[in-house]
Amino acid sequence: MTSKIIQDLEAVDKENAVAYGVGDTINVHQLIREGKKERVQRYEGVVISRRNKGNIKEVVTVRKIVDKVGVEKTFLVRSPLVSKIEIVRQASVRRAKLFYLRDRKGTKATRLKAKNEGVKANA
Amino acid sequence: MKKVVKKLGIFKKVGMTQLIMEDTGNVVSVTALKLVPSVVMDTSEENETDPKRIVLGYGTPRLSRCTKPHMGQFKKRSLDVHKWLTEVLFDQSTDTPLSVGESLSLSQFVSDERVFVRSKSKGRGFSGTIRRWNFRRGPETHGSKSHRITGSIGGGTTPGRVLKGKKMAGQYGNTMVTVQGLRVVRVDESEGLLFLAGGVPGAEGGLVVVGVGL
Repeated sequence: MTSKIIQDLEAVDKENAVAYGVGDTINVHQLIREGKKERVQRYEGVVISRRNKGNIKEVVTVRKIVDKVGVEKTFLVRSPLVSKIEIVRQASVRRAKLFYLRDRKGTKATRLKAKNEGVKANA
Repeated sequence: MKKVVKKLGIFKKVGMTQLIMEDTGNVVSVTALKLVPSVVMDTSEENETDPKRIVLGYGTPRLSRCTKPHMGQFKKRSLDVHKWLTEVLFDQSTDTPLSVGESLSLSQFVSDERVFVRSKSKGRGFSGTIRRWNFRRGPETHGSKSHRITGSIGGGTTPGRVLKGKKMAGQYGNTMVTVQGLRVVRVDESEGLLFLAGGVPGAEGGLVVVGVGL
């Protein structure tokens, strides 16, 4: 059992959190320090895994395809170096982890059902 | 402790967590320690030289469990009753010598400082040589009967005895362990928490003595 003190230390302000979910395409702004220079690197891809939600140790894995090669990057969401997370596109998925995308090829590997797709059709 | 220390604090081990450094974004595994209330009871000089023997009271007591002689020690000095009494050697020649009635504070510790830690390790009871001394085990099958046995403990006619200090099975853990050179990562005075990089011996909730200058 984790003590209350540790739980409080690891708790995060949930109201200011970006409400992204697994399957969403997000744009992560990461601060890169090269010597004395500082710049922001942006990385856009699909969230295939999100761990330790609601904890300072929250980690997100973002996958994208670069030149037909799958690239995955994990970000420590609460790190001061991750300055911003934007939601580009939302998708509805049935899994908590989308590792099956790794085995897919072509459009199947990138296309996910958009969120509220069914609702729009009814309206 | 028999050596004179320059800084001292008595803590309770809370547990381990990770801290994200604000400047670098690095993640550091830390042990969180909570300050235990303490009070300096006596600063009587051991001798003419600088090191001084200090009597400390520490810990939150259940007053109904305290004996009158124990409480009397505190009442005599009109101090709050603490659970335990102990003696330490503290370097009083520094700028901030301890005086009677003062408590050991967190503010004496600063980030990146190297400290020593003393605490009671987890008791493992009567342990065999594999757990206690990292001996290798025997085969499990193929007719082997020497699964976890100690094996040979020395020569025959020469030397004709077992060498002193031979590693054998016995009580393991539940002893005072000192770890030196742990780095202070963060000091949280409002919460009374001290964060040390890495692990600290002993179970969570156990008493931990932290200091500088062993």
